[in-house]
Amino acid sequence: MSQKNRIAGGQIDRAKTLKFSFDGRSYAGHPGDTLASALLANGVRLMGRSFKYHRPRGALSAGSEEPNALVELRGGARQEPNTRATTVELFDGLLAKSQNRMGSLRFDLLAINDRLSNFLTAGFYYKTFMWPAAFWEKLYEPVIRKAAGLGSLSGKDDPDVYDKGFLHCDLLIIGAGPAGLAAALTAGRAGADVILADEDFSMGGRLNSETFAVGDRSGADWAAQTVAELASLSNVRLMPRTTIIGAFDHGTYGGLERVSDHLHSPDAGKPRQILWRIYAKRALLCAGATERPIAFDNNDRPGVMLGAALRTYANRFGAAADRRVAIFTNNDDGHRTARDLHAKGVRISAVVDVRPDAPLHPDYQVLRGAQVVDTRGRLGLSFIDVRQADGTMRVVECGALGVSGGWNPNVHLTCHQRGLPVWDDAIAAFVPGENLPVGMAVAGAANGVFTTAGALRSGAAGAVAALDLGQTPDLPQTEDAPVNITPFWYVKGCARAWLDQQNDVTVKDVKLSHQEGFRSVEHLKRYTTLGMATDQGKTSNMGGLAIMAELAGKTIPQVGTTIFRPPYTPTAIGAFAGRHRGQGFHPTRLTPSHKWAQEQGAVFVEVGNWMRAQWFPQPGETHWRQSVDREVLATRKSVGVCDVTTLGKIDVQGTDAAAFLNTIYCNGFAKLAVGKVRYGLMLREDGIAMDDGTAARLAEDHFVVTTTTANALPVYRHMEFVHQCLFPDLDVQLISTTEAWAQYAVAGPNSRKLLEKIVDQDISNAAFPFMACANITVCGGLRARLFRISFSGELAYEIAVPTMYGDALIRRIMAEGAEFGVTPYGTEALGVMRIEKGHATGNEINGTTTAQNLGMGRMVSTKKDSIGAVLSRREGLNRADDLRQVGIKPVDPAEKVPAGAHLMNAQGPVDAVHDQGYVTSACYSPNLGHHIALGFLKNGGNRIGEELRLVSPLTGVETRVEIVSPHFIDPEGERLRA
Amino acid sequence: MHDLKPVTALGQSAPVAETIGTITIAENDTLALASVAARMGHEEACHAILKKLIGAVPGPGKAQLHDPQAGFWTGPDQWMVSAPRETHELLADTLTPMFGQTATITEQSGAWVCFDVTGAAMSDLCERLCAVPIRKMDAGGALRTMIHQMGCFVIRCKADDHIRILGPRASANSLHHALTTAAHSIA
Repeated sequence: MSQKNRIAGGQIDRAKTLKFSFDGRSYAGHPGDTLASALLANGVRLMGRSFKYHRPRGALSAGSEEPNALVELRGGARQEPNTRATTVELFDGLLAKSQNRMGSLRFDLLAINDRLSNFLTAGFYYKTFMWPAAFWEKLYEPVIRKAAGLGSLSGKDDPDVYDKGFLHCDLLIIGAGPAGLAAALTAGRAGADVILADEDFSMGGRLNSETFAVGDRSGADWAAQTVAELASLSNVRLMPRTTIIGAFDHGTYGGLERVSDHLHSPDAGKPRQILWRIYAKRALLCAGATERPIAFDNNDRPGVMLGAALRTYANRFGAAADRRVAIFTNNDDGHRTARDLHAKGVRISAVVDVRPDAPLHPDYQVLRGAQVVDTRGRLGLSFIDVRQADGTMRVVECGALGVSGGWNPNVHLTCHQRGLPVWDDAIAAFVPGENLPVGMAVAGAANGVFTTAGALRSGAAGAVAALDLGQTPDLPQTEDAPVNITPFWYVKGCARAWLDQQNDVTVKDVKLSHQEGFRSVEHLKRYTTLGMATDQGKTSNMGGLAIMAELAGKTIPQVGTTIFRPPYTPTAIGAFAGRHRGQGFHPTRLTPSHKWAQEQGAVFVEVGNWMRAQWFPQPGETHWRQSVDREVLATRKSVGVCDVTTLGKIDVQGTDAAAFLNTIYCNGFAKLAVGKVRYGLMLREDGIAMDDGTAARLAEDHFVVTTTTANALPVYRHMEFVHQCLFPDLDVQLISTTEAWAQYAVAGPNSRKLLEKIVDQDISNAAFPFMACANITVCGGLRARLFRISFSGELAYEIAVPTMYGDALIRRIMAEGAEFGVTPYGTEALGVMRIEKGHATGNEINGTTTAQNLGMGRMVSTKKDSIGAVLSRREGLNRADDLRQVGIKPVDPAEKVPAGAHLMNAQGPVDAVHDQGYVTSACYSPNLGHHIALGFLKNGGNRIGEELRLVSPLTGVETRVEIVSPHFIDPEGERLRA
Repeated sequence: MHDLKPVTALGQSAPVAETIGTITIAENDTLALASVAARMGHEEACHAILKKLIGAVPGPGKAQLHDPQAGFWTGPDQWMVSAPRETHELLADTLTPMFGQTATITEQSGAWVCFDVTGAAMSDLCERLCAVPIRKMDAGGALRTMIHQMGCFVIRCKADDHIRILGPRASANSLHHALTTAAHSIA
C-alpha cells in the first residue's frame, strides 16, 4: 500500500524506507516514524478493538497517553501485548498485530457485545452471574476469563535481559520539552550534574510538533540545537527513551530506559531495557500536559482524535489522519490545529467551536456556538453531525476529527508521595499542589504554564531556584498566546459518549454510578473501571470527574481526583526483575569443598543461598536412600567427613565477651573455661527458643559462636541489636567469620586416628577431651582451629582452616583417611544421624517451641538474667501437659513415619481438638533398620512406651507408633566421649 | 611449613582476569585482611596505632590507600586492614600484639573475594552494579553497598579508572558473574 496520507514536511528521514507489517499486511514508513504515524500515513485508521464492547478503534493520541491503539508487538517469545502504537519507534521488519478480537480486526465476532451493551453496563458483573451458584466456577468464570484481558502473552520465557542501574545528579529534569530544555541549559551551563530524561526518542516535546518559531528558528530546530549543546556538556546526561515512572522516597526516582526497543532485537549481551534508580538532590518536573477530549455520541470512531495529535502527526511525522479533517474545540488550541493542517494542504471541512465568539478564519468555515453531537462511518469516520448555534443540524463530511477540550497538566509524579493537585480556574484544570515529593519542583505546562515562552521562563527559573544560581539566562522570544478556553466536557443528551475509551466507560456509566450511590471519586473508579487500564485514565479521568461533579452539584475540585500511583506508564515486569531471574534469581554461596564435591558427583541442595552436598552417589547406587544409608553406616562404623562451613560463625571478643554471651544464652557461659566449648540455647525476648549452637572459648576475651546455617544472619543481627541497643556499655566486638574459615566435621570412631595424621598437636582423649577447643596447626604449620563437638553422636571433631585452604584440606582428609575408608557425607546423612541422636534443629526450634518443649527447660538458668528467661517462665508456657520432644517409632517396623503427621490417642476421634502432638523430623535409620522420628507430644516426658496413632488425614495415613526416648543411638553419650 | 595449596575465591589455582570491551576484571588474590575494632575506652589509643600503621584513621566512607598496609572504614570504630598476603600471611597475628588491649583483631583473609576493575568505562560499569555515586567519589572513597543482593565494599583507587570491589568469598562466582555481565552490557 502506498503512503497515501503522507504529506510534506516532518522530522522523518524520507531517504530511508522501513518495511513493517500490521495484521499480516506489509507497509512502508521512515526512520522517525512511530507505528501509529506510519499506519496513518498508509491510510490505516482502524488499529484495534475496545476492551468490553469490541468497538473498532484507532489512535486517539500521538503519545504515551494512548488508550486505543494497543497492539501485540513482535512475535514468538518476544511478543508483547498492549504496546502503544503511538510510542513504538518504527524499525525495519517491525511486526505488529491488532489484539482483543475474535476473527479479523474488521470482522470481530465479539463485536456482538456492542449489541448487548444494554446488559453490559458498568457494574453488570456485580449484579449478574449470581445463580445458580454452581455455574460460577465451571461456566461463568471460564467464559469471562476467556473474554477478558487485553492482548495475549506468548507463554514463553522472555529471551531478552534487563539491567538495573543507579545514577546520581544535582538536578533531574523530567521531560525535554521547552521547559525541560531551558532548565537543562540553565543548569548545565552552570556546571551542575544534570540528568535530562524524556520518554520520547526525540527530545523537544511539543516543540517538535509545532510550527511557530523559537528565536530565529523553528521550535524543532531550537530543540535540536539545544540538545546538541547539552550533549557537548560532560556534566549533562541526556536520556531519551527514558520514562521517569515514579517519584519515590527521599528524592529517588525510577527511570525506565528503553535501550533496544527500537531495534529488531537487542545486540548480543545488551539489555532490552534498564530500570534506573536515580538519586536526585533536586528534581524539576517538566512533563508537559495532555490534551483532553470532549464526550459526544460515537466519539470513539477511528478517525476521531485529539486535535494536537493531528497536529503532531502532520508537523512532526508528515502524516495526515485523512485528507479531510474537521475540528471540534472549546479553546484556541483547536484553531491552531486547523491552521497548521490547512497550511499543509489538508482540507478543513469545518471548525466546530462551542464558544459563540470563536475566532474566524478566511479559508475555512468556523461554526461558532456549535457542537459535534454524533459521528457516522462503519470502521472509520465518514461524517459528523453538528448541532449549530441556532439548533439546526448539519452533516459535515470528514475522515478525521480533531477534538480539543483543553489541556491537563501532567501532575502524576507530583502525587506519588500522596500529594494532591489543586484546581486552577484559569485553565480549567488541576495543577500541582503544594505537597510535592521532597526536592521536587514543577515547571512549564506541567505546572499549568501553557505558553511556550512561559515554559521556557519557568523551566529556566526552576533550574535557578533548584540550584540556587541567582540569575536566569537570556531566553529566545517565542509564542506567548494566552489560554482562551470555555470548559466543556460533554454534549448534553448523548447516549453513548465515551469517556474512557480503553475501558469502554461512557457518560451514561458515570450517571449510573451516581444513581447507584457510587459517588466518591474512588468508588466511581472502581464501579465503572474509569481510568483503570494501561493508560491509567490520562485522557479520561477529568471528563468523568466533571460529569460526576455536575451530577452531584459540586465543583470539580470538590469531587477531587483519585490518587496517581507509579508507574507513570506500563512497565514490563522483566524490568523490575532485572538480572534476578532464573539462575540469577539470587546469588549462590559455594562451600570451600564445592569443587571437590562436584568432582565426586555430589548431589547438591540449596540451603538458603548455600549449595550443600546432599549426598555422594557411588557407582551402582540408583536411589538416594542407598547413598545416604551407606554414608550413615560408614560414618558410625569408621569415619565420615562433612563440610559444615555453612554453620554461622560469629567472632565475639572484648573484655565483656563472657558477660555478653551470658546474656545472649539462657544457660551459663560466664564460667566456661578457656579451651572449652559449651552447647548454648538462645531465646527470643518472648521466651520462645531462637537458635542453638556452641560457643567455644579460645581466650578469656575471645569466643567463637556457632549458629545453625539458616539462622546465621538472624542470630548475628540479634546479637548486634542486643549489643547496640540493650547493652551498649559492654565492651564487645562482633564480626561474622562464617566465610573466613572452612570447617569440616570429622565423625566416627576412627575420626581421632584420622585427624592425628593431620593435626600437629596431641589430640588424644586426655589432651583434647570431649568439648575441648584450641587454636592448632595442621599439615606442618597451617593455622587452624579444632573443636571436639558432635552433632552425629559419634566421636567427632570440627576442624577449621582459612577458607582458601579448604579445598586442600578436604583432599588431604580424604587421602589420609583412605586407610579407614573415610566416607564423605552430605546433609541427608547429617540429618539422619542427628535424628538418631535426638538432636534438635530448625524443625524442632521452629519459632513456636520453648526450652521446656525441647526438653531443655532446666538449661534456662535461674541464677542469672538472660534474654527471654523471664518470659519463658510464663504460666502459659509451663503447663503440665505442654508439648515435650519425644522419639517415635512405628509399631510395625515396616511402616513409615511421615513428617508433619499428627499424633492422636490410640482410641478416640481424629480432629484438632484431640490432637496430641506432631512429628517434626523423620527418617529411615539404617542403624536401627526401621523408620524413626522426632516430634512433640503433650506431656511427652511421661508417656514413653505409650502407643498412639500417627495420622495424616490429608494423605490418608494412619500408623500405630510407640513413643520412645528421642535418643535412639548411644543415649548415654559414651561414643562421643570415647 | 605446611604443604597445603590455597585456591582462589573463584576456586582456581591462579587468579582469573578478563577483559571485556575497555573493562578488565581481575581477581586479586594477593590480599591478607584483618578487621580492627577499637575496644571500649581505648579508642584514642587504637586510633594512634592505626594511624601509625597506615598513615591515617579513615573516617566513614573512606579508605587509606597506603603501602604495605592499607585500611578502610567498615563501621563505627571498625576498620578493615589489608596487606600483601605474600609478606603478611599472618596479618591478624601480627596486628594482635601491635594493638594489644586497644583493639580486637579478627582474621578476615578467607572471608572476602576481591576484584580489581579497571578501564575507561569503569564508572558506567559501576552504575550498572550498585548505588555508590562513583562519579563523585575521589581516590580513597570506600563505600559499603549491595551488588546483586551481595553486601560489598567498593573502594575508589588511585587511578581514575580503577575500583576495587570486596564481596563475600562464598559468592565469588555470583559476584564475578554480575561484574562480567555488566561489562558485556556496557561494552
